Amino acid sequence: MVNRSEIMNKVAQIFRDVFDDKELVVNDNTCANDIDDWDSIEHINLVLAIEKEFSIKFDMNEIARLKSVGEIVRAIELKLQ
Amino acid sequence: MKVLEYPFDNLYILRNKKSIKKELLQRGGFIKKRIAILSGSTIGDIKNILELFLLNHGIKPEFYVGQFNRFYEEAVFENVELERFNPEIIYIHTSNRNISVFPDVGDDVNACNNKLMQVYRYFENVWKSIQEKHKCIIIQNNFELLPYRVLGNADIYLDYGMNYFIQKLNEKFYEYARTNSNFFINDINYLSSWVGLEKWSDASYWHLYKYSLNMEYIPILCHNIANIIKSILGKNKKALILDLDNTLWGGVIGDDGVENIRLGYESPEGSAFLEFQKYIKKLGDIGVLLNICSKNEPEAAEAGFSHPSSVLNKSDFICFKANWDEKYVNVSEIVKELNIMSDSVIFIDDNPVERDSVRRFIPSIAVPELRNPENYINILDKSGYFEVTTLSEDDIKRAKNYKDNQARELFKTQFSDYSEYLQSLNMKCTVSGFQSKLIPRITQLINKTNQFNLTTKRYTQSEVEELLQDNSYITLCADLQDKFGDNGIVTAIIGKINGEILAIELWVMSCRVFKRNLEYAMFDEIVGICQKRNIRKLIGLYRPSGKNSLVKDFYKNLGFLLSYESDNECKWEYSVPKHYQNKNKVIEVFYGE
Repeated sequence: MVNRSEIMNKVAQIFRDVFDDKELVVNDNTCANDIDDWDSIEHINLVLAIEKEFSIKFDMNEIARLKSVGEIVRAIELKLQ
Repeated sequence: MKVLEYPFDNLYILRNKKSIKKELLQRGGFIKKRIAILSGSTIGDIKNILELFLLNHGIKPEFYVGQFNRFYEEAVFENVELERFNPEIIYIHTSNRNISVFPDVGDDVNACNNKLMQVYRYFENVWKSIQEKHKCIIIQNNFELLPYRVLGNADIYLDYGMNYFIQKLNEKFYEYARTNSNFFINDINYLSSWVGLEKWSDASYWHLYKYSLNMEYIPILCHNIANIIKSILGKNKKALILDLDNTLWGGVIGDDGVENIRLGYESPEGSAFLEFQKYIKKLGDIGVLLNICSKNEPEAAEAGFSHPSSVLNKSDFICFKANWDEKYVNVSEIVKELNIMSDSVIFIDDNPVERDSVRRFIPSIAVPELRNPENYINILDKSGYFEVTTLSEDDIKRAKNYKDNQARELFKTQFSDYSEYLQSLNMKCTVSGFQSKLIPRITQLINKTNQFNLTTKRYTQSEVEELLQDNSYITLCADLQDKFGDNGIVTAIIGKINGEILAIELWVMSCRVFKRNLEYAMFDEIVGICQKRNIRKLIGLYRPSGKNSLVKDFYKNLGFLLSYESDNECKWEYSVPKHYQNKNKVIEVFYGE
């Protein structure tokens, strides 16, 4: 069973890689408005990186709901249960 | 860069593209290219990842990204923005999602054909408009098969089968590619089958983002496109340096003896090595220079090729180094003997220690990571080192040319006086202006030549073709033959006339005819032309490229005077004399049409 903070750490690392910013700090409320480069292209890229990191696959409806880091982490938790 | 070399990690590249780009940009010496990507579906990261692979080849792209699914309109209708961008390359990213009409079940042959031509003409219009307006290189995706088969297995052969329709459409595309020199197919049909159609065409990427392919495979797509582009720009690899033991056969020939090495269908391992040898032989056929570098006694090394199953012969190799020296020493010698740059060479060795050592001492050389013999072909093939975009007669005869040169070298040792040697070669050259039939070879020569290249100005085939129509340009090229063989077209010159001045914008000569006085014969021709056409002054430019220091003083040695000098350009001038004595005394000159 993976706990929430472990998931959060991995998600944060993905954000730092994708946006190439070692200092980047994210929390539950972080959303596209908070990160300049978080556009639709990078959003797709984030989803793919997350799916591969956790060996999960979101269906199309789930992906449509992933709007903030908190929602992403919750969606991962649900998949891993 | 290691992370961009096959076999690369798609996901790593996608996730870290920004930091990879930053690192690549720290290198210098990029060639800039304006590349337009026209869209049949989402471009998105395709642009970003293509940029990485191009930067890795020393090409810095400036992009025009077309609007979503507007490839037809942007190419065919007036498009000020694209015209202003003035693309050098247009990549058309389409897929089977862009096939507007398919046959219906029950359509007869005629109806199917009409639909085929309807779809084909739509694309052909795009290409023709581009060729008319932009005169640039076109890279066009073919079509991947559909992920479903309405007719089951019959879908691939019945007239109204949708997959059959796709195959026929692809055939029409290939026909166009065969007859249009500036048109290249990006074979996504192959890529998708290599990856697996089920993965490649994962429909969720289409429904969610309108990506026509699973974005995980964008790096594979872009690697393939970048290979075509670097090949067109003359950046293919030229030579292979191969180890022997456990690279071309199984076992250690010095210990095991020729009768005990594993080669041939008797064992799985031997079978894998045999297939690898066949693949290498084919590379030789397309003009890749094959060489051996092995830690072995020479006799033992050669004995391997007398093995009854050996496909390769000793005569397939240009340089054959079998000794106990460090490999990087031998590799450097081979590079020198072939007279090519080390960045156009690939070193193939099963031993990771040897690979590391060569990599460390000669960083510019390509050293692919080999694993098991059954994977050697895959690594070498998928790397795209030798992507064929033009295959001239010259490519096919290349190994012979190098062999002829070796015979010349041997012959040379009989002379103590170099000019006597040159005289005895019985050299003949045929000089002419550029002619249509020579254009592919001339373009290749212009784009591949690094050392004897005064300006390193690169031209596409259509740019060279245009020179033929333009009276303000003088073009010259020549072949060179001697008692040992024919070198083919080995030198080209482009000069622009401006009143009484001729400015030499390009002068290239293949490294295989260095020190044969051909450059003097060519200069004599230029002076002759100037005298005939009342041109009084020649201007010669030298632009250092980092690879052409060989010709730094070339114009000076011809008697030019320096008129201007800066870090990236030297301008030399020469007053054309009324009475001129030919500099070439060793080559008999003939004239082509």
